[in-house]
Amino acid sequence: MKNCDYSCRTAEHLITRRNFVTSLAAVGAAAVMPGFGLFNSPAMAAEMARQQKRMIVINMAGGLSQLESWDPKPGTATGGPFRAIPTSVPGLHISELLPKTARVMHQLALIRSINTHEDDHGKGAHIMETGRRKTPAQDYPALGAVVARALEGNSASALPGHIVISPGGGGGRNADSAYLGPRYGSVVLGGGKPPQFSERPAGLAEDASICANDLRRKVNDRFALRRRTAQTDAYTQSYEQGLELMHQREIFDITKESQQDQERYGSHDFGRHCLLARRLIERGITYVRVTHANYDTHCENFNFHFEQVGEFDGPFATLVTDLADRGLLEHTLIVVLSEFGRTPNINPLYGRDHWSKAWSICMGGAKIQRGAVIGATNATGTEVIGRQVDGGHLFHTYLSALGVKSTGQFDVAGQKMPMADPAFEPIDELLS
Amino acid sequence: MSADPKLAHIVAELPADAPLMACRFDPTGKYVFATSENRSIYRWELAGGKRIAFTGHDSWMFDLAMSADGQTLISAGGDDQLIWWPAAADAPEPIRKVKAHEGWIRALALSPDGKLLASGGNDRVVRLWNAADGTKVSEFAGAERDIYSLLFHPGGQWLLAGDLDGVIRQWNVADGALVRTLDAKALHVYEGGQQVHYGGVRAMVLSPDAKWLVAGGLHKGTNPLGNVQEPLAMRLEWESAKLARQHLTEGNANERIWAMHYHSQGFLLAGIGGGKGALIFWNEGEDKPFHTFALPNSARGMSVHPDGIQVATTHHDGKLRITKLMA
Repeated sequence: MKNCDYSCRTAEHLITRRNFVTSLAAVGAAAVMPGFGLFNSPAMAAEMARQQKRMIVINMAGGLSQLESWDPKPGTATGGPFRAIPTSVPGLHISELLPKTARVMHQLALIRSINTHEDDHGKGAHIMETGRRKTPAQDYPALGAVVARALEGNSASALPGHIVISPGGGGGRNADSAYLGPRYGSVVLGGGKPPQFSERPAGLAEDASICANDLRRKVNDRFALRRRTAQTDAYTQSYEQGLELMHQREIFDITKESQQDQERYGSHDFGRHCLLARRLIERGITYVRVTHANYDTHCENFNFHFEQVGEFDGPFATLVTDLADRGLLEHTLIVVLSEFGRTPNINPLYGRDHWSKAWSICMGGAKIQRGAVIGATNATGTEVIGRQVDGGHLFHTYLSALGVKSTGQFDVAGQKMPMADPAFEPIDELLS
Repeated sequence: MSADPKLAHIVAELPADAPLMACRFDPTGKYVFATSENRSIYRWELAGGKRIAFTGHDSWMFDLAMSADGQTLISAGGDDQLIWWPAAADAPEPIRKVKAHEGWIRALALSPDGKLLASGGNDRVVRLWNAADGTKVSEFAGAERDIYSLLFHPGGQWLLAGDLDGVIRQWNVADGALVRTLDAKALHVYEGGQQVHYGGVRAMVLSPDAKWLVAGGLHKGTNPLGNVQEPLAMRLEWESAKLARQHLTEGNANERIWAMHYHSQGFLLAGIGGGKGALIFWNEGEDKPFHTFALPNSARGMSVHPDGIQVATTHHDGKLRITKLMA
């Protein structure tokens, strides 16, 4: 395979995927970490592993209530029944539903002044996923695709850079990378299971599989001599990535983690998925999104938040602790987000409805200032009263926290595409 | 003087300063109490409507109990606490605060002799307290989900606890032995798409002759987060624990039973909310109600006056309504 004619010709792109994978196979036995096998010096691989920027997003699907999490208002008309508790950051209180998270808040930061002006699930999720409003004129790549592409040269993993762990469903690959191409589309681990079809069929012998792939490569290479395009490269790359997934299938197997760790994260799906996220990040995957559902609590909000946030608290705090203890938090951005928050008003069903005007997210790691609190809401949580933040600001901030110049551009077949919405900028005071 | 549900009509609306939750008449029939979302308990005199607020909890209060003489009110909070109050005081201050649980206390029950108070909630443990001094007597573990309702058998020897899973545990009060579990699991759903548990035994009553145990709540919870369910009362034969009948409603989709009362005249009464709110009346031998009285606002709590004629309901619009079951 030639070096990519349309590439930016940076050093990173001069290492082709094929070469990378081939090298990986050659030195696999010497690898110190599965995702960093290219570097047959253990010290080099370890340093590469340590320095690589990564991102974990925990998506609280349906709309986490900011009042039952990051911005409690106890004792007010909107506060509900739960109390606020102190955290490891002096003066900072969060909901009593998060006692374990409270103990690791010094590793995290809060933004309490988000106003995304969008109360629709799909449109709100789009803003949080792309940092832009949905428009019929243009599709924009999802955060995971942008991060995977922007950090590609920083990643030494031959595996997909964009993994989505969903609570259920099958799997497959999402078309969520827009103009960045299918290479950056998310690989979905439905129910935390390994990617679909990543096991060699029982009826296909290994040597037959090798022969078939050799033939495919020869035909591909011949075709590429005269007809090579970004699309054919993506096609070729998807096969090679698929093979690599098959070779490294066990990185999706959390039973390879210690029994003690499996118990620490819990026996429920979310706990297992957080442990899987840690395992993937440790093995060089650039971006992992875990979804915890469901927070769309129009009815009996307090019962359901007690149940759901209670389940979230332990695994999340354990994940933050592990990343910090293993020296990974310095290089890993972790974000807990939703598509919006929930109404301060409590409805007749003891529910809270959609509310995008004043809500919160939690983030930490990488270049995020530990213990910071950005913005505030009024006494009853109905309005932002300082440092209003939009999804566009958040998108810039994520990239900046990962060391990516968020005002930069992608070169897409010669066309310059801004990485993030140029109408916004990072929240500089949140960055160290 | 007997009740006639078909003559039900609202005779009083008692306003509070916030949406109301649980309510309880005092045994003497002079007062009615209700908890509210502003963390106060309100007491109204039925004659004249004079209102007094009790404050002392650091959370909402999910249930109330009254001593048989009407002198002491006990409230169950989401702040782990039980608080004993002088029920009739002009300026009520807590008599005693007891940290009784870890998390919400959802249900209270007083033993028939008034000596024991049972409490239970989100920590899934039922505790027995000396009602006179607040000292702990014993505790019963074993529930696998939150305790939603408690009931003493009129004989006093057994305590029943209904939980979110729709399991009713019957304990021997004297030695804490689990006597049996009764199945009301039709009142629980785990909705896999939303990944939530929903329902639970929201109310329990025994018929005056102790022949029937009725557990109330909801079923058909196909969209718990979106309030899609229907009310259900399960009638179990006490001796055999077998399901004898499922009492349903007509035209009351999206509601659930919050409270029930087995009337001395033999009919079953439930207060429902989630939609418009209603009082539902069933006879023992019928699935469908013999009468439904629509309330003007979603009901959240219900209590029946010692006279058996007046029914109090608490509402999201901040009003306690008194419905009279006679002309």
